[in-house]
Amino acid sequence: MLNLVGLILLFPLIGTAINGLIGKRLRKETVGYVACGSIGLSFFISVLVFCGLLLLPPGERLFEKQLFSWIESGSFKSTAGLQVDPLSSLMILIVTGVGFLIHIYSIGYMHEDKGYHRYFCYLNLFTFSMLLLVLGNNFLLMFIGWEAVGLCSYLLIGFWFEKKSASNAAKKAFVVNRVGDFGFALGIMLVFLTFHSIDFTEVFSAASHGNFEAGSFTVTIITLLMFMGATGKSAQIPLYTWLPDAMEGPTPVSALIHAATMVTAGVYMIARCNVLYMLSPFTMTVVASVGAVTALFAASIGLVQNDIKRVLAYSTISQLGYMFLACGVGAFTAGVFHLMTHAFFKALLFLGSGSVIHALSGEQDMRKMGGLRNHIPVTYKTFLVGAVAIAGIPPFAGFFSKDEILLESLVRGNLLYWIVGAVAAFLTAFYMFRLLFMTFHGVSRVEHHAMEHLHESPGNMTLPLTVLAALSFFGGFLGIPGASVINSFLAPVFGGHGHTEVSGAEAGVHHSAWLSSLMMVVSTAIALAGIFLAYQMYSKKPELPGKLAERFRVIYKLLLNKYYVDEIYDALFVNPIKKISVQLWKRVDAGMIDGSVNGIARLVGGFSNILRLLQTGYVRNYAFYIVVGCIFIIIFAVLGKVKF
Amino acid sequence: MPILSLITFLPIVGVFFILSMDSKRSELIRVTALLVSIVVFFISLPLYFTFDAHTYEMQFVEKLQWIPSFGVHYHVGIDGISLFLILLTTFITPISILASWHITKNVKEYMVAMLVLETGMVGVFISLDVFLFYVFWELMLIPMYLLIGIWGGPRRIYAAVKFFIYTMAGSVFMLLAIIALYFLNHRATGEYTFNLLEFYRLDLSFAVQFWLFLAFAFAFAIKVPMFPFHTWLPDAHVEAPTAGSVILAGVLLKMGTYGFVRFCLPLFPEASHTFIPVISWMAIVGIIYGGLVSMVQDDLKKLVAYSSVSHLGFVMLGIFAFNIQGIEGGITQMINHGLSTGALFLIVGMLYERRHTRMIADFGGLTKQLPVFATFFLIVTLSSIGLPGLNGFVGEFLILVGTFKSRILYASIATSGIILAAVYMLWMFQRVMFQEITHEENKTLKDINKREFAILIPIMLTIFWIGIYPNSFLRKMDASVNHLLKQVGEKANVASRVHKPKKSGQLQKNVIPKIDIVPECRTEW
Amino acid sequence: MITVTHYLVLSAILFTLGVVGVLVRRNAIIIFMCIELMLNAVNLSFVAFAHYLNSMQGQLFVFFTMTVAAAEAAVGLAIIVAVFRNKETVNIDDINIMKW
Repeated sequence: MLNLVGLILLFPLIGTAINGLIGKRLRKETVGYVACGSIGLSFFISVLVFCGLLLLPPGERLFEKQLFSWIESGSFKSTAGLQVDPLSSLMILIVTGVGFLIHIYSIGYMHEDKGYHRYFCYLNLFTFSMLLLVLGNNFLLMFIGWEAVGLCSYLLIGFWFEKKSASNAAKKAFVVNRVGDFGFALGIMLVFLTFHSIDFTEVFSAASHGNFEAGSFTVTIITLLMFMGATGKSAQIPLYTWLPDAMEGPTPVSALIHAATMVTAGVYMIARCNVLYMLSPFTMTVVASVGAVTALFAASIGLVQNDIKRVLAYSTISQLGYMFLACGVGAFTAGVFHLMTHAFFKALLFLGSGSVIHALSGEQDMRKMGGLRNHIPVTYKTFLVGAVAIAGIPPFAGFFSKDEILLESLVRGNLLYWIVGAVAAFLTAFYMFRLLFMTFHGVSRVEHHAMEHLHESPGNMTLPLTVLAALSFFGGFLGIPGASVINSFLAPVFGGHGHTEVSGAEAGVHHSAWLSSLMMVVSTAIALAGIFLAYQMYSKKPELPGKLAERFRVIYKLLLNKYYVDEIYDALFVNPIKKISVQLWKRVDAGMIDGSVNGIARLVGGFSNILRLLQTGYVRNYAFYIVVGCIFIIIFAVLGKVKF
Repeated sequence: MPILSLITFLPIVGVFFILSMDSKRSELIRVTALLVSIVVFFISLPLYFTFDAHTYEMQFVEKLQWIPSFGVHYHVGIDGISLFLILLTTFITPISILASWHITKNVKEYMVAMLVLETGMVGVFISLDVFLFYVFWELMLIPMYLLIGIWGGPRRIYAAVKFFIYTMAGSVFMLLAIIALYFLNHRATGEYTFNLLEFYRLDLSFAVQFWLFLAFAFAFAIKVPMFPFHTWLPDAHVEAPTAGSVILAGVLLKMGTYGFVRFCLPLFPEASHTFIPVISWMAIVGIIYGGLVSMVQDDLKKLVAYSSVSHLGFVMLGIFAFNIQGIEGGITQMINHGLSTGALFLIVGMLYERRHTRMIADFGGLTKQLPVFATFFLIVTLSSIGLPGLNGFVGEFLILVGTFKSRILYASIATSGIILAAVYMLWMFQRVMFQEITHEENKTLKDINKREFAILIPIMLTIFWIGIYPNSFLRKMDASVNHLLKQVGEKANVASRVHKPKKSGQLQKNVIPKIDIVPECRTEW
Repeated sequence: MITVTHYLVLSAILFTLGVVGVLVRRNAIIIFMCIELMLNAVNLSFVAFAHYLNSMQGQLFVFFTMTVAAAEAAVGLAIIVAVFRNKETVNIDDINIMKW
């Protein structure tokens, strides 16, 4: 069954080709069937592959399939090969599974759009790229997927290219990602230079059995460079700015790319390279710190945003921060676990918000919503599940994963990580329920014309919501502390580290059941506190937020304007570079370089201008010059100065 | 079968055909020219398929006496380095001819110029006799000069003259160096010959290498063009007709980089080693500078022209990495640049045909009117950016890996060029193709027609082919590139042992060597 | 006794006359005649040397020179006639378009 792995990639590619080449001539239904069918088949094969992997004994769960040799030059070899192991098999399930649901949802959501086939072509291409990223058996293949998802993100954010803001956001996403990729590419080169190979298996076995002492400079640089790539793709400080803008794309895209799959690539990459990262404590500290700071930072911005999708975007950044925090403290399983549950509930939340936007004919401002729960009950109920899950209330999925991260950050990291994480968790619960209350509860602030069309979404949109809601509810049971299925499943990938049980003992920290139970209670309390506060402020006393905003004007404005980071980047990088470029062009290029070229030409011209005065046009003068010349020659010859 | 001669001179046969035609029958002339170039392309295909990748020896060699008294031969042959440049030439020419269908002024002369140009370009890449090389090198200048000067834009005369004189200024030094080599070879072997393969065996002193390298490098650096010798390029591109730009970017610029690989490295290995820092920094500055200047251009053609400076900076960087990844990447990138930048110029030409402007500000929102065109444009843009899976990535990445192996600092700085590439290309793409249509004229534009489709499809296929399976190209280069590296490495070592007490590889202060060939040469004369 | 020196001096005098004539006269035809004078001065020295050195080469050259001179006279006069038809003058001061 494992041999079928190539098909997982093939189906979405076929879907892309069909919809891309002849999609325009197909009927809308056909386009939808092709797109969903290809992903569905892909999902089916993924399940088969997953089962195939389960049948193997845990120690041997690594399957590689070489397709062909891709780039080969001297000692540099990059094959096109696929690798199935517990980590990638889990990822393909998430990607194709969530992707499939979102494809179905899109049929309803995008039904009125003129670029219907284009949309599905991109969406299939995206799935293909993401699967390539996940399945690639070497760094370079991962890099193709890495860049290709960036491209699809570009295409899909700019899907409504006529909107200036959308095309700007698309460009910004690609460029910012490129900045990260710059680091990633350098990282790959350094890997090649250090290990003379870019194959995962070879590199990791060389790293774990080789003579690399922990904290060696090279490995630190490699991991830092790769982490730079991860900050771009997974929207961490300092390269997170593209993600909120990416909300210009259609909402299912936000759900698929900017919440559930693509942005998790960074986390996946670090989990994949856990061997390297474990060798560099310094990088681990950086990863954890960046993750923690991002979690808090983004959550704080999310508190005051009014655009429903933007709140979710910042929430995504914040949750990704959690995952990095987990990876940074060495709890890779916790990171991947949260990646999975987050994929479920964040996709759910985004699709739910899409359903709201759909119902309100495109309105995204929460100040113009309210009281929707009776109008769109399915959306409301599923959204509630998602919100509870992300807030971290047991027994929903988010609780287990987030709890595990908090626990690990305390056990393996330090108290500071825990405090930051806990505060962020509190903020998360708060802003999610703020969103919920503002959207679904209270008095309706919906504008009149939107009210008329207010309707629940069609079945093909609510069905994915329901499924995702179920997953958000049950997903967490895979990782119940003490009996964690996911832990033991991922164990082969993370070797001797990255596991709650094993490494806890390894690190010499014995955390007993009581600590774990205490943490559960604490984190539940934190979540409940956040929800309560949101309830107080946005449901019970709706006038309170305004007052607070008035009271803490500076902070409020700071948060509302996202700490002015975009403006700072513009002032620091974008504008100076533009100015310098103009100067380079006008002054240096046209002025100095071309000026000197033309200057030389003018110099020659000027000299010739003087010389041409000799050219009088009188043959007589020329004859005279000849005679004078002859006389000179004769004189020299006679005087013997020149020998012929 | 003298396949190389056939490829080289069949276009000239076509020229005679066309000359015999009535100049009013322009359709016939166009078709004839197109057919000739297509036939040439198909004749050149066996080169690829029958090329023996296991040997570095020159293949398809033909050698005839030409001017016996000076030891000049008609000596041609190819190896894995020139193979693809020839194929690129024969591939690009029919496309360019097809792209000049709209030319109505002096069609006959135009097509004659195109075909003569093809002869010149192929000749440059196949010559193994340096004299012959020089003849072809100058030959291809003339039709290009005419193409720009007659069928160009408003400032065509300025651009054509600038192009011509700039290139001539460089080639004069090259001629001087060629003659010096000729006499040095005579002094060493007692034989008068221009045979390049003989020259390879010369063991030149460092001082001689130094100056001759400079002379050759000057000619080639102008052709590449490397910063700061690039200013003729934007002018020439902006003024040239579409096909002229395509060939200029697609093939002519490659002659510079090819010259470095064919002449500078193997002939003057030690000097080449010495010049690594100089050339590499010029390349790096070119990459960054080209990118930055390209970003703020308001004319599409100028933007693409400056992006060429950036791309060719990568090629030069790769070549001067002096390892297999760098040089193979460099050669791949030459082909890639020919394809993607050629295609970009074609695309700009198509826009120009529709709107008669190249100003970015005059466009915007075209995707709505031209969806198919937009797809092509996007693919080419992405290929130029170096998106993995398309051709640009393979070359760029190999170059960077190669450079990284030899000098980490250079590679790290140069890699930032890939960010800039994304910025200037995507910003341009956004302003041309995305956003709302702001100009009324753009609302009635027609999407791509069949001829344009036929122009772009072959390029697209090649773009994907190289991107997905580059091995079909790389494997053919291996033997030749390895041999080149051996030449460069071995000769450099020998030379350093004999002529220089210590091998530093770096240009030290006050050691600019004095030329010592002048007195001897004079006595020869 | 008339030696070769005498011939050479005469030749030099004739040549100088020719040169001065070319330089100072304005009429194209006279200039033309002066050029012929110079040619013939050279011829004279050729013949003198041929006689002196007992070699036929000098004589031979004279024949060549005369042939060339004849051809030149034909072409030159034709040009002058052509110029005259255009400009109605053979004054070379008026024929100075060949500059800058």
